[in-house]
Amino acid sequence: MQLGGNAVVIRERNVDTDVLYPGPFLSIQDVNQMKQPLFEGLNPALRDELVGDTVLIVGENFGTGSSREHVPQAMKASGIRCVVGKSFARIFYRNCINLGMPVVVCPGAAEAASPGSRIRIDTEAGTVEVDGKRFEAKPIPAFMHDMLSSGGLVEWARVRSGAVG
Amino acid sequence: MGHTLAEKILLSRSEADSLAPGDVVMVRCDVVMTNDISGPIAFRTMREMGVEKVFDPAKVVLIPDHFVPAKDVRSAELQKVLKEWAAEQGVVFYDQGRGGIEHAVLVEDGWVVPGSVVAGGDSHTCTLGALGAFGTGLGSTDVAACLAFGEFWQAVPGTIRVEFSGEKGRFVTGKDLILAVIAQIGVDGGTDHVLEFVGPGAEALSIDERLAVANLAVEAGSETGIFPADDRTAAYLEGRTDRPWTAERSDPDAEFARSVRIELDSLPPLIALPHSPGNVVALAEAVGRRIDQVYIGNCSNGTLTDLRQAAEILRGKQVHPRTRAIVVPATQKIWRAALAEGLLDVFAAAGCIVSTPTCGACFGGGNGILAAGENALATTNRNFKGRMGSPEAGVYLGNAWVAAAAAVAGEIVDPAEVL
Ligand code: SF4
Repeated sequence: MQLGGNAVVIRERNVDTDVLYPGPFLSIQDVNQMKQPLFEGLNPALRDELVGDTVLIVGENFGTGSSREHVPQAMKASGIRCVVGKSFARIFYRNCINLGMPVVVCPGAAEAASPGSRIRIDTEAGTVEVDGKRFEAKPIPAFMHDMLSSGGLVEWARVRSGAVG
Repeated sequence: MGHTLAEKILLSRSEADSLAPGDVVMVRCDVVMTNDISGPIAFRTMREMGVEKVFDPAKVVLIPDHFVPAKDVRSAELQKVLKEWAAEQGVVFYDQGRGGIEHAVLVEDGWVVPGSVVAGGDSHTCTLGALGAFGTGLGSTDVAACLAFGEFWQAVPGTIRVEFSGEKGRFVTGKDLILAVIAQIGVDGGTDHVLEFVGPGAEALSIDERLAVANLAVEAGSETGIFPADDRTAAYLEGRTDRPWTAERSDPDAEFARSVRIELDSLPPLIALPHSPGNVVALAEAVGRRIDQVYIGNCSNGTLTDLRQAAEILRGKQVHPRTRAIVVPATQKIWRAALAEGLLDVFAAAGCIVSTPTCGACFGGGNGILAAGENALATTNRNFKGRMGSPEAGVYLGNAWVAAAAAVAGEIVDPAEVL
């Protein structure tokens, strides 16, 4: 899988899902409406940087805390194609994979990127390019890679349920 | 090579003949639980998966608890969706006023037995490890697949052995034990791992205290936290469940990723300062901080044990004039037991607000939101920025003794000075 976009950067470590998408907005069920409170408790101005295809660059233990899928749902709906970071909290990581949004562990690229950097990701080759400079990413396990390639858990399940052949 | 307890459970619930950390397996669920936040999105997603009916209605439990009772039209819609979907699917539904906070309900009502696997649409499903189960917190799409097929994918976690040695002192509870663990390994120290709690200090804990320990395993980033079942577990389950179970533990030659040891003899009550559960200090270092709101409740520390501790401090005393205190029993059954024991009256007489079981202010949903500049001392599990209201408020995490003492003193204080 090859994808790319412009970098939007969140450098802090241990960014929790409460600041990414605060509790009062969890009663929203419509994915398009979820875009509006994204990053509300962290830095609402970041939302304005989400134009066109973007790659979110993050620090250590990103997405810690709650299982709220509103966070990756809102990210995906806002044009974030992939998240590249130093490390990820487990439920956030699996939620992204399930939604078909690659999460790539690549500390070097996360360090090198700055806002607006041009990012290219090749999930098969396991590389991340930051403005043309190439970094080795931690390989995505085969199962998760298959899940991503099929478009996420919904598509994967549709095959299983026989909804698609 | 032997297996850890978590590996044994995953082996028993998957097709794999053997497994090792990092392997990805499909794991069968004994129970799938969801609530008023993760549920409605999961129901819609299950349909997108091309599945109309849940895999087994008897294994699916819906528990509204987050926006309960509904605080506005939007949250009322969630409750409506949950109730209608439960009727349509014929699954088990704990309506408002019948259950309480999901994890506490599952434990108290016999849904959870040692060795079982419970998939829950909430990160604190790890609480169920108090009874030796593998409780795992999942997002809505995962939950949708569990509702549809009764399975989720799982990368086999390594196991961190956490040994509690010695004996804990007065005013030290399960909450302090797990805060000590988080302080030692960090808020991401448990990522890709399960915490297994062993040793004399673990065996001596009541089930109520084990709930708090297992509950905060996720605050260390862990997949889940788990206590091997023992006599206390058996005694607790007696009369609660007719599900079969056997007590398993890690093999003597199982390989642990690492071992952590917490010495209880010298452990003081602890406080997590704003804005991280890993920001842990000894109670003495936090003494004197002004407290505007005390919150006693949540899925970790809304048990009868917690309420008894708080009542022991508050009996015959008054909540400090500058402070408000909110008490939230975790379940309807705990609420009634506290009523029967006279605990609710102790709280009311002291000037506490006594609430119906709900998540409410714990996640900033309602029922006790903080204003800018306010400080709360809460028996909850998360003190992230803005978690209970304004991002300019501060949340201190502590045990029920410490919380009740702060309610009386209007500031953080050693419970011994209040009692
Ligand atoms: S009580 Fe708080 S931590 Fe527990 S399930 Fe409810 S919102 Fe989550």
